[in-house]
Amino acid sequence: MTTPITLPVGATENSVRVHPGVLFTITDAFLRRKEENERVIGTLLGTIADGVVEVKNCYAVPHSETHDQVSLDVQHHHTMANLQQRVNSREVIVGWFSTGDPDASRNRDALIHTFYGSECANPVHLALDTSGGQDGHMGVRAFVSRALSIGGVELAREFLEVDCEVRSTEAERVGLDLLSTELQEKLPGDMDGLADSFERLQHSLQQAQDYVDAVVAGKRKGNVAIGRYLAETVATVPHYGRDEFERMLTDQQNDCTLVLFLSKLVQAHLALADKLGTMQLPLI
Amino acid sequence: MAAVSFAAAAAKEKHQERTPLQRVQLEGHVLLKIAKHCRESDASLRNSEATVTGQLLGLDVGPTLEVTDCFPYPGNAGEEEHEAVGEGESYQLEMMRCLREVNVDSNTVGWYQSTSSGSFQVVEMIETFVSYMESLERCVCIVYDVSAAEAGALGLKAVRLSEAFVEAYREGSLSIEKIRAKGLSWRDMFVDIPITVHNSPMAAALAAEIAPPSAATTLDCDRLNLGVASLLEKNLSYLNDCLDDLMIEQGKLSMHQNQLRRQQQAIAQFKMQRRQENTVRRAAGDEPLTEEPPEGMFKPVPEPNQLDNMLLSNQMASYCQHINSATQQALSKLKLADGLQAAI
Repeated sequence: MTTPITLPVGATENSVRVHPGVLFTITDAFLRRKEENERVIGTLLGTIADGVVEVKNCYAVPHSETHDQVSLDVQHHHTMANLQQRVNSREVIVGWFSTGDPDASRNRDALIHTFYGSECANPVHLALDTSGGQDGHMGVRAFVSRALSIGGVELAREFLEVDCEVRSTEAERVGLDLLSTELQEKLPGDMDGLADSFERLQHSLQQAQDYVDAVVAGKRKGNVAIGRYLAETVATVPHYGRDEFERMLTDQQNDCTLVLFLSKLVQAHLALADKLGTMQLPLI
Repeated sequence: MAAVSFAAAAAKEKHQERTPLQRVQLEGHVLLKIAKHCRESDASLRNSEATVTGQLLGLDVGPTLEVTDCFPYPGNAGEEEHEAVGEGESYQLEMMRCLREVNVDSNTVGWYQSTSSGSFQVVEMIETFVSYMESLERCVCIVYDVSAAEAGALGLKAVRLSEAFVEAYREGSLSIEKIRAKGLSWRDMFVDIPITVHNSPMAAALAAEIAPPSAATTLDCDRLNLGVASLLEKNLSYLNDCLDDLMIEQGKLSMHQNQLRRQQQAIAQFKMQRRQENTVRRAAGDEPLTEEPPEGMFKPVPEPNQLDNMLLSNQMASYCQHINSATQQALSKLKLADGLQAAI
């Protein structure tokens, strides 16, 4: 009878998608850590679908560490988990996070990982390198664990790095622009955003045009794939007859102007009522 | 409990200094948390019109109110009030205790709430403000506009009630005369406080790290979307509703004026009768009767509260502002589309 020597247990094709808010919360928790702690750890909340773990939320859990021991405030962890559950019932515990270099503290991490293994099926360990690492980058890495077993007896677990992607939803993008500077004095208005978008669009068009010009002039070797993408993009722009387009444009513009007029009219009424102090709209 | 004493201490400090609140400084991750909660909490997904709320934590430093963290409230506020006040409170206390354990500033500085098209000026808001202000003089409400976020803008606003309005509100029903005497107008009910966003150097470094390469993004697509009709339609229908409500309020007011006029006529008639009676009595050598009507004969007509009127005016003003900005953007986008079409 032969027994298999090692067997990977658990899903290995996981990939992790982190929302930026989680990373910023971890950073804040790290800055607020206790004096004697070198790092913070905490729980990750999110959803799992098709082998992709989406990390949407997190909270820090107090802990204390010595050389090879670690104790976690389990009470705190459970209370917070319950509280978070009441706000958003679809987010479940998916793993845990830590800061610092994940390779430096493997022994203790294994203990924590085992604990989170009892909280959810296949916990993810998200490591945010707050030390800056060797190359000065703040690396974001994700790990899952895999059991090494002989004949069904678990001998050890190893950490396996999985793909980790920082993905922001559109609405978060608006906020992200504000996060890159240390102090933003003024919030951008609606028109500022539109102007930015116009600029980027113009820039993209300019880039495409320059590229095409260069290829046509023979200065650059054309890339077939890029050419095809460009052709597709141009083809998606709906083509109308001049008259038809003109009519559509005027219709839309008229609609907008009419609405604008109405709104200005109401504003004028309100201002007039305010000045007269009668609390009545004067003309309606 | 410590939070309460913190709040009390903050209130005391305020009495000593009374420096006006000049700006609200938001920590970057608070902004993301608020945005996340407003968009994807249970309540907001079940019903897109529902408002979600949460608490702001932070520090009160001189003229700046620093908001360094926040946490969401479960469910929507209305449900909570009716069904489980105690539960909501215990949630809040538990949450504060847990956050304090990880060294978060456990000092309440206000609350945040979601809104759609900036329609946050309602009576509940004022009630919440006044109840907050009993224990916390300097509190602020951050309003996150979900519909603005969908159009690719950042609809974030920090508001508080003006001192003059709170004073008038606490004195009871707002009559026209009182509003005039205090020089109040609907414009001065809410005060917008400028928001600044602060990030720790580490957060800024992280933002630089994860920033996607700058090219046209989905965000740009949202902003450049030509279909503004639905947004305008929504805003217009809100504006319409407001106008209808305002007309009802005005109806109430003119009814009140009618009643008042009728009563004054009745009083004048009564006096006239008395005067005639008195001439007869004087001629007969009797004591004349007083011309003032006896008390209780004419009850004063209650004046309708002008609060709704003012709130409606405020709402309409903010809808108008939204419409103005939306149409202006739409017009510039149409111009762009025109140019694009001409180039093809």
